[in-house]
Amino acid sequence: MYPDDLRYSKEHEWVRVQGTRATIGITNFAADELGDIVFVELPEPGTQLTQFASFGVVESVKAVSDLYAPVSGEVTEINETLRDKPELLNADPFGEGWILRVELKAPDEVEQLMDSDAYQAQTAG
Amino acid sequence: MSEVVAQLRRTPLHDVHAELGARMVPFAGYEMPVQYRSIIDEHRTVRSAVGLFDLSHMGEVAISGAEALAFARYAVVSDPGALEPGQAQYSMLCTDLGGIIDDLILYRTDEGYLIVCNASNRDAVVEHLGRLLSRGDFDAALDDRSDRTALIAPQGPRAAELVAGLTGLDLEQLGNYRSLPGRVAGIDCLVARTGYTGEDGFELFCDARRAERLWRALYDAGQPLGLQPCGLGSRDTLRLEAGMPLYGNELDRETNPFEANLGRVVKLEKGEFVGRRALQQVQQEGPRRKLIGLAMRDNAIPRHGYAVRADGEEMGLVTSGTASPTLGEKIAMAYVPAERAGVGNRFEVVVRERSYAAEQVKLPFYRRPRAAPAA
Repeated sequence: MYPDDLRYSKEHEWVRVQGTRATIGITNFAADELGDIVFVELPEPGTQLTQFASFGVVESVKAVSDLYAPVSGEVTEINETLRDKPELLNADPFGEGWILRVELKAPDEVEQLMDSDAYQAQTAG
Repeated sequence: MSEVVAQLRRTPLHDVHAELGARMVPFAGYEMPVQYRSIIDEHRTVRSAVGLFDLSHMGEVAISGAEALAFARYAVVSDPGALEPGQAQYSMLCTDLGGIIDDLILYRTDEGYLIVCNASNRDAVVEHLGRLLSRGDFDAALDDRSDRTALIAPQGPRAAELVAGLTGLDLEQLGNYRSLPGRVAGIDCLVARTGYTGEDGFELFCDARRAERLWRALYDAGQPLGLQPCGLGSRDTLRLEAGMPLYGNELDRETNPFEANLGRVVKLEKGEFVGRRALQQVQQEGPRRKLIGLAMRDNAIPRHGYAVRADGEEMGLVTSGTASPTLGEKIAMAYVPAERAGVGNRFEVVVRERSYAAEQVKLPFYRRPRAAPAA
């Protein structure tokens, strides 16, 4: 049910590893839980992320939620389209709704994340 | 967790909401739908077609008896004496100090008067009215009908079309803030042209046992009109766009009507009523703070409880805020010191410890388009 080329954190973030870099987003499970997403607050490129620490905020109509880094690394690129179209996180969370890209600091960290089967089990529970 | 849920009350339409896949949340001691599909979709449906709301959690208290009018006049800040049969008015119950106990709609009915109040304040309202009644020795009676009464509200530009198809009542005769007893889908209702969305719409009061039948009839007839069921989430964004206050956010016992832009509701000249002396003083001296509308000029969402600054100094608080689906702007209502208020004035809202620019704008943020007069 979830893309199996990705890894997943307990906080419903996904990671697509591409060599020494990775793309990060939130899953459709998280987006559905949040409801209509109306705002995303992201760090600037150059910011250092620490695995499992909060790096930004996603806001739905009714609530403010933290975003947690699934891996450590330096932010190389953020998805500027989310400024005007935060609803992409609901519409296409694994594709056009990608949040940011990092240069991985400790690639082994990815091993601590769930694969799609494990994440499937977590969200089914 | 399940213990808490077991104590929540349910409206007569609970099973319908479950059927429709609603996301349910606790609200005022009830399990209520916050959304069915999407708050934004539901909001837009009310602005463009017709949305259907279950408001059965709200309180309905009937006042009857020879001195029903005298009692109602004494209890609320507005003048029920000005109401024609079937007519309704927005009003408030205040304390002796002029603080707001609840905001409500008061209807003149065949039997006397009907007060429709917030679910969260129903017990306080009934208790307060009961005390006033016995204290003042009025020849009147109260009947808390809340549990026996369901309230279903179709709201939006196509609401009249929807209701007209299900009733023999001539809706042309039913203007804004008017009500009539009648049958909708064969079910006895009080049909009121009132609402909390800023659109045309109706609030239909019926016996709780008929609620499901009425809802289903409206829902089915509304499908070709683009009807969607709407929850509390869109109810809140709609009323905020329309500049309407929410008790608990803009209004509470520490707030008087003049601060909240509701001075026009208070009829000091009608005679004695609870809170009159205190409210007269506020009116004479002017309120110390004022409720204003803000539009964000920087990109951040203002929310209840966020601080408001002027010239870098913290001096106000956001009462309600959201990203407005209709306007595409981030908007808020906030209290600021009266001398700081002025349309066009610049403020800052503090969001997660950073300041974002805002500008005072005129309320309401949104006004529904009026049909052009016939040529």
